[in-house]
Amino acid sequence: MKKTIGPPRFAHRFFRWYCHPRMRNHIEGDLLEDYRDRVHKKGKWKADVRFVLDVLLLLRPEIIRPLEGYKNLNTYGMYKSYFKIGWRNLAKNKGYSFINIGGLALGMAVAMLISLWVYDELSFNKYHQNYETIAQVYRLQNRGGERGVSTSHVTGLGTLLKTEYASHFKNVAMIRARTEERVLAFGENKFTQSGYFMQPEGAEMLTLKMVRGTRQGLTDMKSILLAESVAKKLFGDADPINQVVLMDAKWDLKVTGVYEDLPKNSTFYDASYFAPLDLYIDGWGSLTSWDNYFVYIYVQLNEGGNFEELSRYIKDVMLAHVDAETKESKPEIFLHPMGQWHLDSEFKNGELTTSKRMLSVWYYSAIGVFVLLLACINFMNLSTARSEKRAKEVGIRKSIGSMRGQLIQQFFGETLLVAFLSAVIALIIVQLSLPWFNYVSDKNIALPISNPLFWLACVAFTLFTGLLAGSYPALYLSSFNAVKILKGTFKAGRFAVLPRRVLVVVQFTVSITLTIGTIIVYQQIQFAKNRPVGYSRANLIGMRTASPEYKGQYHTLRNELKSTNLVEEIAEANYSIIDTRGWNGGFSWHGNKYDQTFNTIYVTHEYGKTVGWEFVAGRDFSRDFPSDLSGIVINESAAAILSLENPVGESLSWMDRGEFKILGVVKDMVKGSPYEPTDPSIIFLSESDMQWLYIKIKPEVSAHEALPKIQSVLASIVPSAPFDYTFADEAYDAKFKAEERIGKLATLFSVLALLISCLGLFGLASFIAEQRTKEIGIRKILGASIPNLWKMLSKDFAVLVIIACSVSIPLSYYFMNSWLGQYEYRTAISWNVFAFTALGALVITLLTVSFQAIKAAVANPVKSLRSE
Amino acid sequence: MTQHSLGEFEELVLLMVAALHDEAYGVVILEGLEEKLKKKVNISAVHVALKRIEDKGFVKSRMGGITEDRGGRRKKFYVITALGKRMLDAQYDLRNSIYKQIPKISFG
Repeated sequence: MKKTIGPPRFAHRFFRWYCHPRMRNHIEGDLLEDYRDRVHKKGKWKADVRFVLDVLLLLRPEIIRPLEGYKNLNTYGMYKSYFKIGWRNLAKNKGYSFINIGGLALGMAVAMLISLWVYDELSFNKYHQNYETIAQVYRLQNRGGERGVSTSHVTGLGTLLKTEYASHFKNVAMIRARTEERVLAFGENKFTQSGYFMQPEGAEMLTLKMVRGTRQGLTDMKSILLAESVAKKLFGDADPINQVVLMDAKWDLKVTGVYEDLPKNSTFYDASYFAPLDLYIDGWGSLTSWDNYFVYIYVQLNEGGNFEELSRYIKDVMLAHVDAETKESKPEIFLHPMGQWHLDSEFKNGELTTSKRMLSVWYYSAIGVFVLLLACINFMNLSTARSEKRAKEVGIRKSIGSMRGQLIQQFFGETLLVAFLSAVIALIIVQLSLPWFNYVSDKNIALPISNPLFWLACVAFTLFTGLLAGSYPALYLSSFNAVKILKGTFKAGRFAVLPRRVLVVVQFTVSITLTIGTIIVYQQIQFAKNRPVGYSRANLIGMRTASPEYKGQYHTLRNELKSTNLVEEIAEANYSIIDTRGWNGGFSWHGNKYDQTFNTIYVTHEYGKTVGWEFVAGRDFSRDFPSDLSGIVINESAAAILSLENPVGESLSWMDRGEFKILGVVKDMVKGSPYEPTDPSIIFLSESDMQWLYIKIKPEVSAHEALPKIQSVLASIVPSAPFDYTFADEAYDAKFKAEERIGKLATLFSVLALLISCLGLFGLASFIAEQRTKEIGIRKILGASIPNLWKMLSKDFAVLVIIACSVSIPLSYYFMNSWLGQYEYRTAISWNVFAFTALGALVITLLTVSFQAIKAAVANPVKSLRSE
Repeated sequence: MTQHSLGEFEELVLLMVAALHDEAYGVVILEGLEEKLKKKVNISAVHVALKRIEDKGFVKSRMGGITEDRGGRRKKFYVITALGKRMLDAQYDLRNSIYKQIPKISFG
């Protein structure tokens, strides 16, 4: 009878076959329930008929399953569960989550900042649309037994390339080598601006983005192109086109164009104007001279042109035009492509070498990778340390059928969740710290938020970080044996601890190396700052005599300024006190010719008093002795080269310019780089053609008080010149900028590295303390004291840090020794840097660990042992 | 509300779901309807109507526990949603308002 209780088999089967699986079970249930009812009330036969009828009537489009068979379209539900579990884990362990996300975010922020910086360096000059086809003409020439490289050329060469070789180039433009500072004036507005004198083709070649006017604006000699910012300063909101600006109170120039300011990562970023080269050489030079090297030559290749081929072709073009002496030095020209200008322009004996800039790109990239690696290591460390907590979950998941691949997926998913949260925080950190970072690194970087590629890169970067940080935990956690875990015999063994220890050692090695590096960078800066400079910079201001009105006004100026009682002394010189230009050779003593060249500068009588020379022997120039006009003052380095027993009173002859009597010897003045040896100098007297005015303010007077008075005196005597002064000490300090930048960035990165390492250590220590709660409880009951327990828990970590120290000390010594090698004037690396850093690292470690160790040690053993 | 229409039988099923409140599943709805309408109703019609009004969002469902007399199959319980309730109200008002317009003449 049992067989007949069910409804007709075939109908039942038929229904199960055609019905959509989503509805199959409950409709079937209803059918069966109905069927039973009917069997009771009306008997089996009628019930069977009704059942078959129902089944047939249910055969409708809404209820029939899809033809291709039914399956879940995605595993969305599973991922939702992963996400939920991951989120709960984060929310449950807030402390660890904070350390994890915070550490990873810091690491990612550093890596992002560095990537932005590296990107900026690599995209140098890409603003110019002809980036691919522009090259600068370089020249190799024998100089003092070496093949020297130079970029300054004669105008004849540029004109030659432009005319006879015109078919090989799309454009050739000569530009005055280095920027020229000029005063631009419009009505009452006058500003000292630096810019370039350039042939008209240059604007097209550099693809200046014109805001107004055209790129053809320089064809007339009396014209000028202004940067947008300068135009705004001079003209406000008025239209500057066809207005006339006065340059250096001499030339009236018509504004023919305004271009968008060039970005900071362009070689020409400091060009606030472009004026015609013809104007620059007007009256004293020509475009066909072969003996005055003062222009850069830029070329733009034709489509499909090849730099190397062309370089070979034009190699010897100079030989037919230069004099015999130059010909002997074998001048050879070649093209240096724009793509290489910024990072690949250092030559050694005529060959390209890895430049300092390129090295710093490598260094910073390495630091970025390391800091990110530290953060990832942290993550792995904490994740595996927490593995015992997750082990049960893994066991259960495995025993209800999770594949290992799925578990790996789950843990990667969790890491990606954390990585994503960290990336968001990192982006916020980067955005907030960019102004400061730009200031320190002297860049002008912004987050390219509107660029989809940037977001793509961010996502790729997050994925990469997530996969890197998640790889080890995912593989490790998913490898657990389900049976062992659930039986409770699972114990993370010795081998689980070892990788964690290695990771801690790696972290601390990186942090300690960075810290030692930073300290040595600062020591070097301090060492150079403390270098005796041979003159006094305090209260000394300098300015360019940027107006013809200065001519012949020296004595008037001096009298007027001194009568204010605020000024100690003034002087003029032909070169600035903080640069080393002006080199000449051809000196001889009693017929002995010296091969060396000397730094020769011209000054007025009061120069020594103004800048505070320190005399070693002899005396300063004096107006009391008219014969001093043919006297000279030399510095110690020059005296050493002259190698005279008693130089004061001796006479040097300088080619056909006559005899000069040495009046005194002064200490070397550090004018150029504070890291390089000082130059041998010979100082002459003159009062004509001076470029720089120096004013020494009395020491008891504040600059604040003196400057307005000085300005009003200058305004009455040289009204056309702007009052653009610089303090000598500030100008000198600017020489340390590059190193200070390295120092500041290195400090930032090493502090962050240390912080990340400590966060990791803190998390790990707390975990180990937690794992050993029972052991600590038993030890306490058996009589262990708190210091004992503290020692036990801290010892492990201290050993790790000591190992890290012993690795990083030789490593950092090696790196810093080679870094210092680039400086002539350098500090010695002393052992106490290493000692202090190692000690510091140890103390920091112990402090970090102690917090957890003491917390665990003072806990009541009853509580820890009672649980279970 | 007008984008989803409600057929006559669908409306009845929906009313039944609302009336049974939380206890409504296929067979009970079927029995309820048969009792009220005093005629045989087909289970298939009920299920199709249920599926349609569920797709339209007038009811939502949950799976119940396993009971023995259903061959171990779960019941699918239906509950009316707020949208379904509004739909019923609207239908009711519509009919009422038209009904009130009927002139009071004796239909003797």
